[in-house]
Amino acid sequence: MHGRIAALGCILFAACAAYLSIGARGDWEFVLAFRAQKLGGLLLVAVAMSWATLIFQTITNNRILTPSIMGFDALYLLLLSAMVWGLGAQSYRALPAQGLMAANVVLLCGAALVLFGALLRSGRDDLMRMVLTGVVLSVLFRSITAYLQRMIDPNEYAVIQAASFARFSAVAVDLLLLSALLTLLACAAIWQIRHRLDVLALGPVLSTSLGEDPTRGQWRVLILVAILVSVSTALVGPVTFFGLLVTSLTYQVMNTPRHALLLPAAALMGGIILVGGQTVMERLLGLATPLSVVVEFLGGLVFLMLLLRRQR
Amino acid sequence: MRIGLGLLVLGCMALVSLLIGVIDLTQTNRSDVWPLIRDSRFPRTVATLLTGAALAIAGQIMQTIARNRFVEPMTAGTGQGAALGILLSVALVPGAPLGLQMGLASATALCSSLGFFALIRRLPPTQPLLVPLVGLIYGGVIGAAVTYAAYQTDMLQFIEIWMNGEFSGTLRGRYELLWLAGLAALLSYLVADQFSILGLGEQVSLNLGLRYRQVVLLGLIMISIVSGLTVVTVGMIPFVGLVVPNLISRLAGDNLRRALPLTAIAGAGLVLAADILGRLVIYPFEMPVGTVIGIVGALMFLWLLYGSTRLAR
Repeated sequence: MHGRIAALGCILFAACAAYLSIGARGDWEFVLAFRAQKLGGLLLVAVAMSWATLIFQTITNNRILTPSIMGFDALYLLLLSAMVWGLGAQSYRALPAQGLMAANVVLLCGAALVLFGALLRSGRDDLMRMVLTGVVLSVLFRSITAYLQRMIDPNEYAVIQAASFARFSAVAVDLLLLSALLTLLACAAIWQIRHRLDVLALGPVLSTSLGEDPTRGQWRVLILVAILVSVSTALVGPVTFFGLLVTSLTYQVMNTPRHALLLPAAALMGGIILVGGQTVMERLLGLATPLSVVVEFLGGLVFLMLLLRRQR
Repeated sequence: MRIGLGLLVLGCMALVSLLIGVIDLTQTNRSDVWPLIRDSRFPRTVATLLTGAALAIAGQIMQTIARNRFVEPMTAGTGQGAALGILLSVALVPGAPLGLQMGLASATALCSSLGFFALIRRLPPTQPLLVPLVGLIYGGVIGAAVTYAAYQTDMLQFIEIWMNGEFSGTLRGRYELLWLAGLAALLSYLVADQFSILGLGEQVSLNLGLRYRQVVLLGLIMISIVSGLTVVTVGMIPFVGLVVPNLISRLAGDNLRRALPLTAIAGAGLVLAADILGRLVIYPFEMPVGTVIGIVGALMFLWLLYGSTRLAR
């Protein structure tokens, strides 16, 4: 298992090196500094999304659900639009971007706890209904967001527009530092409870009898997921199936239930897909299509495959 | 009785729809009123009614064929398939006539709905909610393919138009294709009995002497024509085909010969009401009807999902 993680690490290193060096011309110092910032953003998103998805799947005890499918990032965008609409873009822009992001994170944590906490508790017995609810909720959030965006003055709309589309090529660099800090804190917290997660993955009954309170674990994980999803959505926008693609590949490669091994492998896998994919799309093929579209396509196929295979 | 009441309400709403707009009819010259109504207000009202009725009936037929109350063409890949067809026709044959666009859109819509039904045949009947879930993701995957193709051909702007239905561009000469969709919906009434039998399942319908495959194919073709035409002329409108048949089947049961007229009236009413609301809420600007129905429809869907566990299964 450790060998596989090392191999993943090597591939990620190669991908990063390729991302930094391929097609670089002129002043190396400038190119490297410029690209390193973007690379940092991509890696942050990779870690945030893959860990958020992994622990979300752990507490829900299934490998189909992801925070994005349940509408976390749609909720983030809704809160963002509501804030711009409520404050007006003038005062919105006058506030520091970091402060706004922090406020958004707090709001999302609260909303996620209220909404998804209730949903997860009531939905334990009927998984499909819960997933369907999540999907419809994200349609609802997106429609309300679209509604609010129409109500907003077109000049003010530009503020939100940048955040509403997934784009891995243009990472929001000004939020990088705060995002890195938030991700680091959340990841440290997750790493701390990695053994508890192993127990929680056994399901509510077994983990209760082993002395681990599943409800408390759920609250904790929901807060961490909300933080990580906010970071990733603020940096690159919403991506529905990326987390799913990462975790299902990780489970394929790492045939183990131990989070101490799964977590690093998932982070590496996420990095490989994002950085490697971005290198191939942007530098080698020179395609105009954003990577997010391709990831959505592949992730959607994986999701269908998982659903159909479960039924056999 | 119900039908009469429904038509009365619909007529009043249509009158309201004719009267509201940026130009105040009482303030204009009498000679200008008629061209305004003929060229803009009337086409818009008729387009909303036709779209709503056709989409609701298409949803009803799709639900009958799939034997599942939670599917509809616009979210299960048919609408996205239609968008793919238009994109292909515009990209491959620049300046393609509307007829060709429509034909290709209906053809790809048919292919993607055949694909959807091939997928859900493999799902177990014990998990009814799996079907709409697979449909939503299937639609999303085709949607991603459409976005990819649009990026490669620089047509992302068109995609936005097709993916989000609205009626603000409806003028005389630009909506008439919708009459065909209405006609297709009307024709489905003639085979309503066959569709009702279809809802009893493949075994039972074969036992009753129904040519199962032909009738299913007929239904799918009708759904695809309606989806293709709607996406070409106004864009995608979600949830109409989902919510309306569910509500009507509670009122009138599953006998389609009795239910279909009500379905058509209610669908037309829902879309018209959403359009009127969208026109008034940020007057003098407009909210696309797709957005309004996205909000209202999602709420109604959640209500169906949670309020009616006993009835829905």
